Amino acid sequence: MNNTSPPNSENSLKIEEPVISLDHLRVEFETDGGTVVAVNDISFKVSAGETVCLVGESGSGKSVTSLSLMRLVEFGGGKITGGSMLLAREGNETVDLAEVGTSTMRSIRGNEIGMIFQEPMTSLNPVFTIERQLTDGLRLHTNLSANETREKALELLKEVRIPDPEKRLRQYPHELSGGMRQRVVIAMAMACRPRLLIADEPTTALDVTIQAEILSLINRLKRETGMAVLFITHDMAVVAQMADRVVVMYQGNLIEEGTVENIFAAPKEDYTKALLAAVPRLGQMSGTTLPKLLDVPGSPATAKAAPKALEIDGTPLLEVKNLVTRFPVYGGIFRRKVANVHAVENVSFTINRGETMALVGESGCGKSSCGRSILRLVEPESGEIILNDKKILSLSERDLRSARRDMQMVFQDPFASLNPYMRLREQVAEPLNNFGLASKSEIDDIIRDIFEKVELPLSFLRRFPHELSGGQRQRVAIARAIVVNPSLVITDEAVSALDVSVQAQVLNLMMSLQAELGLSYLFISHDMAVVERVSHKVGVMYLGRLVEVGSRSQIFENPQHEYTRALMAAVPIADPNKRNISNDMSFKPIPSPVFPVGHIPEEPEYEQVEPGHLILRN
Amino acid sequence: MSVFKKFLNFKGLTGMVLVFCVVLIAIFAPLLIPPEFATRMDMRARLAPPDMAHWLGTDQLGRDLFYRVMLGARTSIGIATSAVLMSLIIGLPLGLISGYFGGRTDNILMRLVDTLLSFPALLLALVISAVLGPNLQNTIIAIGVAFTPYLARLIRGEALRVSQMPYVEAAKSSGATNIRLIISHVLPNIMPVVIVQSTISLAFAILAEAGLSFLGLGTQPPEASWGLMIQASRDYLDRAPWTALVPGTAVALTVLGLNMFGDVLRDVLDPRSKS
Repeated sequence: MNNTSPPNSENSLKIEEPVISLDHLRVEFETDGGTVVAVNDISFKVSAGETVCLVGESGSGKSVTSLSLMRLVEFGGGKITGGSMLLAREGNETVDLAEVGTSTMRSIRGNEIGMIFQEPMTSLNPVFTIERQLTDGLRLHTNLSANETREKALELLKEVRIPDPEKRLRQYPHELSGGMRQRVVIAMAMACRPRLLIADEPTTALDVTIQAEILSLINRLKRETGMAVLFITHDMAVVAQMADRVVVMYQGNLIEEGTVENIFAAPKEDYTKALLAAVPRLGQMSGTTLPKLLDVPGSPATAKAAPKALEIDGTPLLEVKNLVTRFPVYGGIFRRKVANVHAVENVSFTINRGETMALVGESGCGKSSCGRSILRLVEPESGEIILNDKKILSLSERDLRSARRDMQMVFQDPFASLNPYMRLREQVAEPLNNFGLASKSEIDDIIRDIFEKVELPLSFLRRFPHELSGGQRQRVAIARAIVVNPSLVITDEAVSALDVSVQAQVLNLMMSLQAELGLSYLFISHDMAVVERVSHKVGVMYLGRLVEVGSRSQIFENPQHEYTRALMAAVPIADPNKRNISNDMSFKPIPSPVFPVGHIPEEPEYEQVEPGHLILRN
Repeated sequence: MSVFKKFLNFKGLTGMVLVFCVVLIAIFAPLLIPPEFATRMDMRARLAPPDMAHWLGTDQLGRDLFYRVMLGARTSIGIATSAVLMSLIIGLPLGLISGYFGGRTDNILMRLVDTLLSFPALLLALVISAVLGPNLQNTIIAIGVAFTPYLARLIRGEALRVSQMPYVEAAKSSGATNIRLIISHVLPNIMPVVIVQSTISLAFAILAEAGLSFLGLGTQPPEASWGLMIQASRDYLDRAPWTALVPGTAVALTVLGLNMFGDVLRDVLDPRSKS
């Protein structure tokens, strides 16, 4: 496959009759508050050798649709109340999955329809070996002997390219990495050569390089077996890479259906257009140096864009020098310290006033620990942190408390970062009270002002967090962070948990606030496309070290370190004509950051490529 | 107003009515019924089944069970409530501090608690009661102290969990002091567990009082308490089951009422539950 030809053109020629066709499917849930219609009216078909992507934001009913196909939706209290789901079985027999009895369904599930779930950590049973998990389905659906199933299991592991398959069969899920576990889940789904493979957000919980590996694996298996693939995702970039056809869902309804090229090039419906506009695309910003607001149709933030203020004045605000943070690992009968997790290892960087510095890297690279070390939410082992000429690490507990006024944090999970028992007004007022910054009468005005700034209605003041959506909660968290006029805001994956359109709005809000208030951000994220959009400066972290640091354009247009390049290569591009997820990608697995006590890591040596662009040489 | 609405369902109403009745009886029965009604023996009517003369029958000494249950309510409920309150007063701060601060503080406090836990609660109460001497006040102290470690352990676990929530971290980074963090962020979020555990503890406290009385350390005969009545009935279960059923039902209804009341109270305090 080359990069520019329409995807799978050789396959689209041999598309036969559909493997599955949904016709006016309707699914309802009975709740205390009455009947909830999760899927209103959905019709589409998936043919052999074809990948159909079901895309939509949370609450669109995409997962309910896939669970209905497996008839698993009934276990969650749902009920199929209308329509049909015709599955073409072996020997030209057709059954309606909406009608069949439970025993027939059992012979279809895991046999003719395979399913891959989102969370590889929980979709394997921790008390069974990999062999047992793989052979269970085989023994149920085939009449192979014990030895034959064992061989078949081995064969499956080889097929999904797990290194050392003989050894893996004897291992338990916890001994495998996330990516390998997802390969096992895929092997299980493939065990009986299903005619239809349903993949429900199979890569959402995975790092970007592992995502690329898994996506390419699914593509290869589809090509080799000619099965139909129903791929459910919220990520438009993944859609662009995987789909032959796309079905866009919104609140239980089908909005638009078409080939992937048509959907991306000429979307018909407004919702699809908005969805596509909200997606930051890697490479879209090349040639520019400043962050730019995302194009959200109808959003007020777009109108009051003030790009000039996103420029920076060049005086340093935060200096981090040789920061080291380690977490002890205890072991043995006396629970003594046996090793250290080297979470942050000799990291140095500077953030100027009004500047956004992004820290990117994969899970476990130490980017979050770095942010938390700066706030001293975890105590660093050594190094220096200078914020506004204040040495943060030598402050007493009391002084630290007042120094934190100048640096605030926004956390990843908007559902967990607000106290469920406190009204929003109290939550936002809390920092003001804590620091004694305003009198009782002033507080009301300040809070109203801040609610307007983060574009929340004033009627929310008396509400509790559970009454808000994820995006609204994140606005409250931002309001709470900026209410004390900090100069630095650390955002730890602040938009990762949000839907794309909401993500775009929150990113725009953050950028507008930066322009208005002259904030600096330390923007911690795993999402390269988002980082490209919002940052002035980028640091790439790997195994606790900063492997490359430079301006946005230096990092994205001229990446020098091999890890940065690998990371870029793995990011799916939201353009069906630029498919970069090729056959069987594989990346070097990340080694463990755990070292025995007393391990002295190498002193980092940086090479300057250009002024301000440094790469780690060892 | 919405608070009352949350009580307006089967569970809330039943719980409220039961708790209300029990409290009324505990308060007013000793004022309206002369105390000797509970201790007056009638040897001719020993173990009499319920009839018009003795509505709920009599016990092995011919004492009227109806009067004994009514007059025993204050003792049982009073001791149980005071004891649970006492264990809360000690256990709640202990668990909160231990769970919130963690580390060495946690280690020291929890080893202390573990030492107490290694004795069976009743044995512990027995020892305390025996050392202090048998009277009402000491019975309360004995049961209260014996129940404290269970509560402290539970609260510590919850406090530990809540302390690691991002909203606590967020409040910390917005300058909240430890006291404020504990009072306004950790405490409200562990209340659901505290409420449920307290209502369950009340039931066990009623039975613990019975245990102590049985061993001669709680309520002293011929005074009535529900626990004492249950203990006394064990020899006559086959001949006169009502001797056990009457006080048993009283305990069961009280506990049922408290549990329902506690459940609804938890919902009322939780802003997430809809009215």
